[in-house]
Amino acid sequence: MINERYYPLLATLAVCALLYGYGMFEYRAFSDTYVLGNLLTDNAFLIITAIGMTFVILSGGIDLSVGSMIAFVGVLMAELVTGFGIHPLVAVVVSLVFGGLFGAFMGFIIARFDIQPFIITLAGMFFLRGMCFLINLDSVPISHDFVSAFAGFRIPLPGRGWLSASAMVMLVAVLVGLVIAHYTRFGRNVYAIGGDRQSAQLLGIPVERTIIQVYTLSGVYSALAGVVFAFYTASAYPLAAVGVELDAIAAVVIGGTLLTGGMGFVAGTFFGGIIMGVIQTLIAFDGTLNSWWTKIVIGGLLFGFIVLQRLITRSFSGMRAGAS
Amino acid sequence: MADRAQPVLSARGVGKFFPGVKALENVDFSLMPGEIHALLGENGAGKSTLIKVITGVHPRDAGTVTLDGREIHPGHPGEAQQLGISTVFQEVNLVPTLSVAENLMLERQTRKFGLISWKKTAGDAREALKTLGLDIDINRALGSYSVAIQQLVAIARAVALDAKVLILDEPTASLDADEIKTLFGIMRSLKAKGLGIVFVTHFLDQVYEITDRITILRNGGLVGTFDTATLSQIDLINHMLGRELAEVSSHRHHAKSTATGRKNHIQIKNLGKKRVLKPVSLELSGGEIVGLAGLLGSGRTELAELVFGAQRADSGLVFMDEKPVMLRTPRQAIRAGFGLCPEDRKQDGIVPELGVRENIALALQGRRGWLRPIPRAEQDKFADEMIKALGIATPDREKPVGQLSGGNQQKVILARWLVSKPVFLILDEPTRGIDVGAHADIIKLIRDLCDEGLALLVASSELEEIVAFADRVAVLRDRELASELSGADITQNNIIEAIAR
Repeated sequence: MINERYYPLLATLAVCALLYGYGMFEYRAFSDTYVLGNLLTDNAFLIITAIGMTFVILSGGIDLSVGSMIAFVGVLMAELVTGFGIHPLVAVVVSLVFGGLFGAFMGFIIARFDIQPFIITLAGMFFLRGMCFLINLDSVPISHDFVSAFAGFRIPLPGRGWLSASAMVMLVAVLVGLVIAHYTRFGRNVYAIGGDRQSAQLLGIPVERTIIQVYTLSGVYSALAGVVFAFYTASAYPLAAVGVELDAIAAVVIGGTLLTGGMGFVAGTFFGGIIMGVIQTLIAFDGTLNSWWTKIVIGGLLFGFIVLQRLITRSFSGMRAGAS
Repeated sequence: MADRAQPVLSARGVGKFFPGVKALENVDFSLMPGEIHALLGENGAGKSTLIKVITGVHPRDAGTVTLDGREIHPGHPGEAQQLGISTVFQEVNLVPTLSVAENLMLERQTRKFGLISWKKTAGDAREALKTLGLDIDINRALGSYSVAIQQLVAIARAVALDAKVLILDEPTASLDADEIKTLFGIMRSLKAKGLGIVFVTHFLDQVYEITDRITILRNGGLVGTFDTATLSQIDLINHMLGRELAEVSSHRHHAKSTATGRKNHIQIKNLGKKRVLKPVSLELSGGEIVGLAGLLGSGRTELAELVFGAQRADSGLVFMDEKPVMLRTPRQAIRAGFGLCPEDRKQDGIVPELGVRENIALALQGRRGWLRPIPRAEQDKFADEMIKALGIATPDREKPVGQLSGGNQQKVILARWLVSKPVFLILDEPTRGIDVGAHADIIKLIRDLCDEGLALLVASSELEEIVAFADRVAVLRDRELASELSGADITQNNIIEAIAR
């Protein structure tokens, strides 16, 4: 018998295979690696963000600041690179450190003062978005040889496709996320806290420290997403990535992670992000449908996954969240 | 027990004070290796405070705790665990969404090059379960197993920590008879291995079945430590409730006016719920007070909640004046004219942020339905009347109830039901945590209400109180009705005997 904890992940894989299979069946060009390469590249920043979000949601929290973080990091990099002439790699390090520190600060407030992460990260979201405009009101290009080299670097795939630098960064980020989630005590403690915070405390888990680390991780991942997004578009715009936090949450949930925390998989999130990309691609291939149909399909999928999760957790005894 | 000489765990003169409350004072407790030691006492006696002090949840304010002769100061349960004191709390404190293996090995996973080695960790988890003879799939989510299995996994985790002392806080509350047998078997084998086990429970038959010694606490103080074999059950209950068998003859024999006769006649017929309360039948009529006596966990609160629809009964019916009453939700009970003052006032009774007036208006509004709001002037009138009639000490009727003292909060809850003119009022521990002055007020109020023709069901652990006002007493034991006393039979003596029998 398959362990019931894997049901959501299996459902995600099944949906992903079905959608991709439908595409290949319906459109000949869909089976080309060209589509796959684009899928990985176009959704790289979303998937990176969603990996960080996975840890936050696994711990029972939420991080609404990630979209603004992407935009802020872009604007910051543009200012550092174009304005101050700093090498992009240094700007990347500055951005990642900033993302980590900002996340750690939000995590500290959330853990120490026991405040809903929703409201703290909402404040973080407004703050960062506002900061973007403080630095820069318009869309500016990020021009540097390194950025062009990054955008041009690609490994060819069999067929007509290729793996871009963005996609490679994303794949590495997913692998690192997998290892953190499944092979470190920190990762397992995140699951425990999301499953039952009070119990985790009594089991001797350093709850406060772990929560701070979770938001730090999410900050770093969203900053990394910002870097990838900035290199990918080679420009910075204060209104970039509006609503990406919600897309990331959707990817996490479609990836099979329980929105209340404690159950889920980083691998699931990767496929959740891919599913969202496939839906977009399918609608683009169709050509007659409005692109907003993406949202409708994703809405339906989200609903399906939430019902599935409810059915699985309802069979659990001793869940504090459930009715007693 | 061979090794009587050296206790593994010993507490001397332990005290714990919370603002305004002495939770523990000068308590001595010692646990021998290879001993199962019961820790007994009513609610508020200090059992859980003592455990929390020993395990480091609360720092102690006085006294010493020594483990193997060395004084310890654990700062939190994790530290106590490392020292060798493992605790299994009443509610299973594991993570239901994680696998059994992970729950066992959390924070103790074997690591290789900084990363968790799952193979080794799973092996350790299997090892831990084997000591308890538990054969379950360690990769499944803990939550997919019954509460009993989860409880055993919690014990396996506790024992796997090289524990010297195992504290079990009411581990049997949610187990059925077979599961308890399994648990006791495990406890005996752990005892044979030389572990000292502290067993907190309120099931006295279990105390006699498994424990070697008994320590009894009352009102934060130590009553004494006794050998289980030589302490009779009557003596045990006397120690717990703190009454010597000397009779207090304050029993008021209520001169019941038969004029009101059969009005507001409440019949409870075979009301019960699986695992909560065995079917109970009870009758009471207007102008009568029926006391509910019994130890903690005997089913007092459960009966009150079933009658009020706060828990849904799966058998039996309640009739009022020969007509059955639908009691699936408290709302239906309120509409039928029932009222409940719950045991846990802060949690289930008051809305602390709302003012006195709003709290008082709640039940009446509930009875009328939301479509017919009570005019503000009327609310003010009710509130002022009640503040005066019950002597609620509040500067004005808008003061948030959370800021009033316990006694005044209780009066507000009583007032809430009084304005809705109930016919049947259930009071669960109406005087708990209330100072002496307010205590007398509330007893008087209960009597006055009764004289006005209300039917009253009052659950209390204070026998003196029950004897003082009840016309009849229903004694509950082990979640069923043990006996009913009336008239001159209502004495503390008789109640204690009925509880102990």
